[in-house]
Amino acid sequence: MKTLRTKVWPVLAVLVVIIAAWYAAALLMNRTIAVEEAARKGEVLTTQEMWLKSYRLDKPLLPAPHQIVTEIWNSTATMSITSKRSLVYHAWITLSATLLGFALGTVLGIALAVGIVHNRAMDKSMMPWVIASQTIPIMAIAPMLIVVLNAIGISGLLPKALISTYLSFFPVVVGMVKGLRSPEILQLDLMHTYNASRTDVFWKLRFPAAIPFLFASLKVGIAISLIGAIVGELPTGAVAGLGARLLSGSYYGQTIQIWAALFVSSIVAGLLVFIVGGVERLVYRMMGARPEATA
Amino acid sequence: MAENQSSVVSAKNLGLTFQTNDGPVNALTGVNLDVRKGDFVSFIGPSGCGKTTFLRVIADLERATEGQILVNGTTPEDARKNRSYGYVFQAAALYPWRTIEKNIALPLEIMGYSKDEQKKRIEHTLSLVNLSGFGKKYPWQLSGGMQQRASIARALAFDADLLLMDEPFGALDEIVRDHLNQQLLELWARTNKTICFVTHSIPEAVYLSTKIVVMSPRPGRVTDVIESTLPKERPLDIRETPEFLAIAHRVREGLKAGHSYDD
Ligand SMILES: Nc1ncnc2c1ncn2[C@@H]1O[C@H](COP(=O)(O)OP(=O)(O)OP(=O)(O)O)[C@@H](O)[C@H]1O
Ligand SMILES: [Mg+2]
Repeated sequence: MKTLRTKVWPVLAVLVVIIAAWYAAALLMNRTIAVEEAARKGEVLTTQEMWLKSYRLDKPLLPAPHQIVTEIWNSTATMSITSKRSLVYHAWITLSATLLGFALGTVLGIALAVGIVHNRAMDKSMMPWVIASQTIPIMAIAPMLIVVLNAIGISGLLPKALISTYLSFFPVVVGMVKGLRSPEILQLDLMHTYNASRTDVFWKLRFPAAIPFLFASLKVGIAISLIGAIVGELPTGAVAGLGARLLSGSYYGQTIQIWAALFVSSIVAGLLVFIVGGVERLVYRMMGARPEATA
Repeated sequence: MAENQSSVVSAKNLGLTFQTNDGPVNALTGVNLDVRKGDFVSFIGPSGCGKTTFLRVIADLERATEGQILVNGTTPEDARKNRSYGYVFQAAALYPWRTIEKNIALPLEIMGYSKDEQKKRIEHTLSLVNLSGFGKKYPWQLSGGMQQRASIARALAFDADLLLMDEPFGALDEIVRDHLNQQLLELWARTNKTICFVTHSIPEAVYLSTKIVVMSPRPGRVTDVIESTLPKERPLDIRETPEFLAIAHRVREGLKAGHSYDD
């Protein structure tokens, strides 16, 4: 009951405000299109007709929320998921690239962090490159990467996944370097008194100490992995995936389709972050964390 | 070297200067000390006089910059590599993601004890520090005193003849402290370990020790070494005997002398 009051209500209240503002904005932005469309047919609209029409346009400037929800419903629930028009199908295409890229990025990020923490040369040389990699706009990298990979015969899932990897390894490196260095001097001294090997210090101290940092990074990493996969679908003019839906929507001015794809991608992102959070809580419980510390 | 045969710690003219950003800090200077096998040595002195630093030098956690020190007749580094001491830090330093028994198992895992042996030793040391039944708890579920006892159990779990303890009971109340002091004495008598013990409490030092090292700060040095004349068997009320009070008096005088250096 307490979570209902403290967590659900505030969110719902904000949601209501957003929806109200949305309808108001949709009316303002679509009004002229509605009026012009009517004028072309020689009609003059009453205020009430203008309202209704603004919320029912085929290609509105800003679709009303119910139009987007209807479009999502029509392209998910009422359609076979193998259909090329199903958003579930497109979401799955993007999701698979996201997950593969995220997995690769996580492994790469952890590996780099382990190297940086354990090797002086890597510590001195790697970090600037890691940071520099993220200063290059992904929109510039993505087309090059995809074209180059296509030229050597790699296409489909992997190039998109690599863009996700490119984005998601970064928070993992940064978080894990910090996490692996987080043990207190005293905890390290203790290991020293046991004459523990580096491997022991890593598995019994550094890695467990880094877990909270890892999950913080993974939550950021999974969300930007999805962005990476979508961006990866844009430059090739891909025919499948949420990015492809965004692209074709903008070619044909199908604003409702664009917004539906946007909504689905944010729902997928939300679900992914939620799942990572769930795994995090599970791992914390297994590691004996205080109950309130897992919140 | 014959005299070092039974000498567990032997420091000759030992000095340590930390190089800090604000210039050198002379933490220890001219320390001469001989700790023999089976000794219970207490280090007492005002804050900053180098007690922790000296223990850390023995443990090879710091390197002396002057003089020489032998631990078990070898360098501190070799002694550490031979796993010849257990260290109890000022704070419990338990790993929060391990249960109490897993914390005690930590050195045993690293030193390659078998699972059966680990189990036996965990049970044994838990009962030594009166924590039987708490093995499955996590550190945050225990009081500070219990955590400190768990950290002592962890240092006792493997076969080190030398126990280095840095104010292990500093944060505990008087009653728990008395109890742990008694237990520690029993343990020491039973196991014949050599113990180096840092404390701020005069009664604690006199009650526990066969040898009391009085230190003074700036620069950290040994001002007096008192051999206790108390018998090995020590009930708590020995603390009211004239003999006990005489030793306590001498320690207090030694501390005062160290302090007047400051003025
Ligand atoms: N890592 C270090 N770097 C620089 N100076 C240090 C370091 N460790 C200790 N010192 C200095 O050395 C001196 C002795 O410190 P030490 O911790 O040994 O004192 P202590 O006798 O254990 O004090 P306390 O009773 O407060 O624990 C102090 O002046 C301290 O500031
Ligand atoms: Mg100290």
